[in-house]
Amino acid sequence: MRHLTLTLLLGAALVSIAPADRSLAATPPDAFVQAMTIDDIISLDPAEIFEFSGAEYGAQVYDRLITYPVDDVEDIQGHVAESWEISEDGKTYVFQIRDGITFHSGNPLTAEDVAFSLRRVVELDMSPAFILTQFGFSADNVEEKIRATGPLEVTIEVDQAYAPTFFLYCLTAGVGSVVDKELVMANEVDGDLGYAWLKTNSAGSGPFSLRAWRPNESLTLDSNPDYWKGAPAMTRVITRHIAEAATQQLLLEQGDIDVARNLGPDQVAALEGNADIEVKAVPKGALYYLGLNQKNEYLAKPEVRQALKYLVPYQELADTVLKGAAEVHQAFLPKGFLGALEETPFSLDVERAKELLAEAGLPDGFSVTMDVRSISPVTEMAQAIQAVWAEAGIELELIPGDGAQTLTKYRARNHDIYIGRWGPDYQDPHTNADTFARNPDNSDDAQSKPLAWRNAWDIPEMTAMADAAVLERDAAERAAMYIEIQKLHQETSPFVIMFQDIETIAERTNVEGTIWGPSFDDNRYWQITKN
Amino acid sequence: MLGHANALVKLAATLALTFFGLLLVTFLIGRVVPIDPVLAAVGDRASAAVYERARIEMGLDLPLWQQFLIYVQKVLTGDFGQSVLTAQPVLSDIARVFPATLELATVATFLGVLFGVPMGVIAAVHQGRWPDQVIRLLGLIGYSVPIFWLGLVALLVFYAKLQIVPGPGRLDIFYDDLVPWVTGVLLIDAALARNWIVWQNALSHLVLPSAILGYFSLAYISRMTRSLMLEQLRQEYILTARVKGLSETRVIWRHALGNTAVPLITVIALSYANLLEGSVLTEIIFAWPGLGFYITNSLLSADMNAVLGGTIVVGSVFIAINLLSDVLYRTLDPRAR
Amino acid sequence: MGARDWLLTDTPGSPTQAQFGRAYQGWLQLADNRLAMLGLFIVVVLLFVAAFAPWLATHSPTAQVLSDRLQPPSAAHWLGTDELGRDIYSRIVHGSRLTLYIVGLVVIIVGPVGLAVGTIAGYLGGWVDVVLMRITDVFLAFPRLILALAFVAALGPGIENAIIAIAITAWPPYARMARAETLTIRKADYIAAARIQGAGPVRIIGRHVVPMCLSSVIVRLTLDMAGIILTAAGLGFLGLGAQPPLPEWGAMISTGRQYLLNQWWVATMPGLAIFIVSLGFNLLGDGLRDVLDPRQAR
Repeated sequence: MRHLTLTLLLGAALVSIAPADRSLAATPPDAFVQAMTIDDIISLDPAEIFEFSGAEYGAQVYDRLITYPVDDVEDIQGHVAESWEISEDGKTYVFQIRDGITFHSGNPLTAEDVAFSLRRVVELDMSPAFILTQFGFSADNVEEKIRATGPLEVTIEVDQAYAPTFFLYCLTAGVGSVVDKELVMANEVDGDLGYAWLKTNSAGSGPFSLRAWRPNESLTLDSNPDYWKGAPAMTRVITRHIAEAATQQLLLEQGDIDVARNLGPDQVAALEGNADIEVKAVPKGALYYLGLNQKNEYLAKPEVRQALKYLVPYQELADTVLKGAAEVHQAFLPKGFLGALEETPFSLDVERAKELLAEAGLPDGFSVTMDVRSISPVTEMAQAIQAVWAEAGIELELIPGDGAQTLTKYRARNHDIYIGRWGPDYQDPHTNADTFARNPDNSDDAQSKPLAWRNAWDIPEMTAMADAAVLERDAAERAAMYIEIQKLHQETSPFVIMFQDIETIAERTNVEGTIWGPSFDDNRYWQITKN
Repeated sequence: MLGHANALVKLAATLALTFFGLLLVTFLIGRVVPIDPVLAAVGDRASAAVYERARIEMGLDLPLWQQFLIYVQKVLTGDFGQSVLTAQPVLSDIARVFPATLELATVATFLGVLFGVPMGVIAAVHQGRWPDQVIRLLGLIGYSVPIFWLGLVALLVFYAKLQIVPGPGRLDIFYDDLVPWVTGVLLIDAALARNWIVWQNALSHLVLPSAILGYFSLAYISRMTRSLMLEQLRQEYILTARVKGLSETRVIWRHALGNTAVPLITVIALSYANLLEGSVLTEIIFAWPGLGFYITNSLLSADMNAVLGGTIVVGSVFIAINLLSDVLYRTLDPRAR
Repeated sequence: MGARDWLLTDTPGSPTQAQFGRAYQGWLQLADNRLAMLGLFIVVVLLFVAAFAPWLATHSPTAQVLSDRLQPPSAAHWLGTDELGRDIYSRIVHGSRLTLYIVGLVVIIVGPVGLAVGTIAGYLGGWVDVVLMRITDVFLAFPRLILALAFVAALGPGIENAIIAIAITAWPPYARMARAETLTIRKADYIAAARIQGAGPVRIIGRHVVPMCLSSVIVRLTLDMAGIILTAAGLGFLGLGAQPPLPEWGAMISTGRQYLLNQWWVATMPGLAIFIVSLGFNLLGDGLRDVLDPRQAR
């Protein structure tokens, strides 16, 4: 027995080495620590970044040509560009570059860096490149279309007289980031324009530089003490990947982190009354919708599409599962966008839906499947919808899968119904009109595959309407055109648009100066201070 | 002696075949997954041209057998390809995450042996009486608890409510990157850097997950120790020793236990190998950035290079440990020759 | 002469009586083991609950009441409600059917496959043995859970595919065991006798070898059942097993996980159910082994 006693003592000693009182845990005063799901990052190159977390990273490390304040997105301002002029014919833009900005490397930022960065996006032609190439740039012509015409002057020629805000908003996106040409080209391998290197390194001029990225683990930034708008108070920013909302809540309550980024409504409710924590609600541009594949014989019937729009428990979900995390929204332009339609004509009405189904010749309902990403709150939404549809006689089978799996099916148009979340790519209304209301080629081997294509919705008229709206240079007139498209879309489209996202961010109260904007690249850390 | 060499050749052939099978099965799994690997690489909104280029770069336009040959060739030269998820070579990813699993499994096995062996001995000595029953029940409970659930509940109780252990992860977040990376095993790296604050933090983070994993290896080790001991206690030399007047403690702990050492090593090695792979769910619960966590994450993101590389590494380690315990057994135990 | 005496007699009148007698003696020994009886009790309760689930449940397992979500245990909801306002008690009761379904199917697949591979390899020997055993070794060399994960990923999530994946990873030990037993049986006189009488290998394996291996396979299966339940729950927990709205226990823990801190019952209750049921199978299996395989126990 003596041996057992000894063993137990040893074990007890091992356990007791752990610090006994952990309630005093706090993050260091000069470091900002947040928990967030960052497993979507696949690249840190601004020419390739196209995911939410990646976009947020890019916004801290790189300066963009132009920008807007988060509380007034219509006020487009210069950033790296001090000013710009647009030619009479609306096709030539001339930007004057701010003097005195230096990169983290110490190199000065010049017009050549700006032109190089934009051309690089077009030449690399990665996922977000279309934001620029839709203005007529290609690898063949970009040398002459985008040029440094002086040490601090950049001239850009677009192919048509677009609405100027359209082009300018596109430059506020991540592809408008300015990279350090000298540093990037020093790391070029086989003419890849530094692509392999920049994927995991940084070459910017922003308030922070990259210290370490461990995929699916953490992202660490160091401050740039020479930032041209003033050095950040936080010398380090650590973003730890924490997938579970409950764990994020726990870490926040214990003071192990300063900010939790992905809390659900139930975690937020639990934090109510905690004097150390403040919860902020930030409306985001992302929409939750159902995509109804028109290749399905039932879903192709207009009455069925209409019926399904009456078969979503919009308000019930917004009040329970999505409480504080989303609001009811039923048009393809999110609130905050030029020309957004805020009317919500649909509400849960099983009787009306049944009538419509009877009109469609399906009084007994039908069976259909829905592909669902296995993440909260999508799974809960899908199950609530499933229960309501059963009341109307529609047997809905849920096919859960992870993101890549459901997307593979969706992009191959092999789904019946897809429950999706769509975030705008840039701040101009065309970003969503382009995908929800344009389908230039509905054939299986089409070059561009917008959401309308994925649901096999052939709409030559609406496509023409959306194309016209892009070229309207009068803002009020343009807004009216988008309202008209959205109304038609709302009535006829195979998209059951349901909710607009609200991001809830829980901060410990000693943190001040965080900036959370409508899209992830509007979030800024550089003014954060701690008491 | 000739028989010995023959056995070794046979063993090598078996190993090679097993390894080849491992490659084939992983490769086939990778190709039938209903996830488009190109999509995983380029993202949802890539244009058709970008997509096609990536597909060709990944060699997915070639016939299947050709893809397999290329794959085998690459693996044999130590090239597992690039991970889509991390944009790093899979091998360097594995080198980064494996030490975390190694550290956890080692500490857990240590705990399992520390408690499991004495418990097994006591159960054997008191066979059929209450200490035996209690220890047997404890072991069976260990076999019956869903490990992911136990981890969750333990986190809830010891971290959230009682606040006596730290939360998920290997370190508190702001201790990240404070000690230079040498072996990847934080306890060793921190000790080398003489940074005892980080060392203590790392240790405190190990307590809960290793205790839970340790419990499972304890369940196995104590049960095997018990039956090995029972076998020894029936032997005649035990009776002789007792008759000679040796103290009971000495008879049990020195003579009987000493004679079970060889098979016990095999048992411990097996349990260690099982922990290396069995920690998948524990790693997920505790956000422990180890190999199981890596493989599962990659799997869910259709990052097949990473999954295949990870599976091959785990499989190889598995084969190696089994082989090692086999060889140990053969060399140490005269009866097995 | 009472039935008890008939069973316990030292001089059985027929082979049947002797067989029954042995079984009864085993039962007496098992009944003496209180832990094993507890296990048997749990398993019987599980069977009962599964058989009468619709009558034992107080609510429909899928009926949602969004306004009643995440309610703590109360008189109306004995074990509380989940994130969609469904009654957790009723879900656990109905979930017992899924658990039995999974265990049952895996056992039905694994037993015959393992037996077939093992006996064929053992009886035929030669290159057949080498090929089959190499295949078995490859599967044994794999980390089991990871292999199951990979298979489910390949087949797509779902309860049937989870069953197939578990079965694929579970059969090799049975094949090994059956082969080892076959090797000892192969040399037996009565096999030789059968062969001389002209019986083909199929007949010999089917009629003579398989029955001899059956009892050890069954014991091992009972002992494995808890492991099968836990693996299925693990797959469900990772979202790869039974799909919503099916009340599979592992999947219930998975969704309850995000409410653990504030609504502990959502994840805790199904976890307890898994724990109790697998403990039941383990206690029973452990007791059975003592009875049927005395060498291990004493």
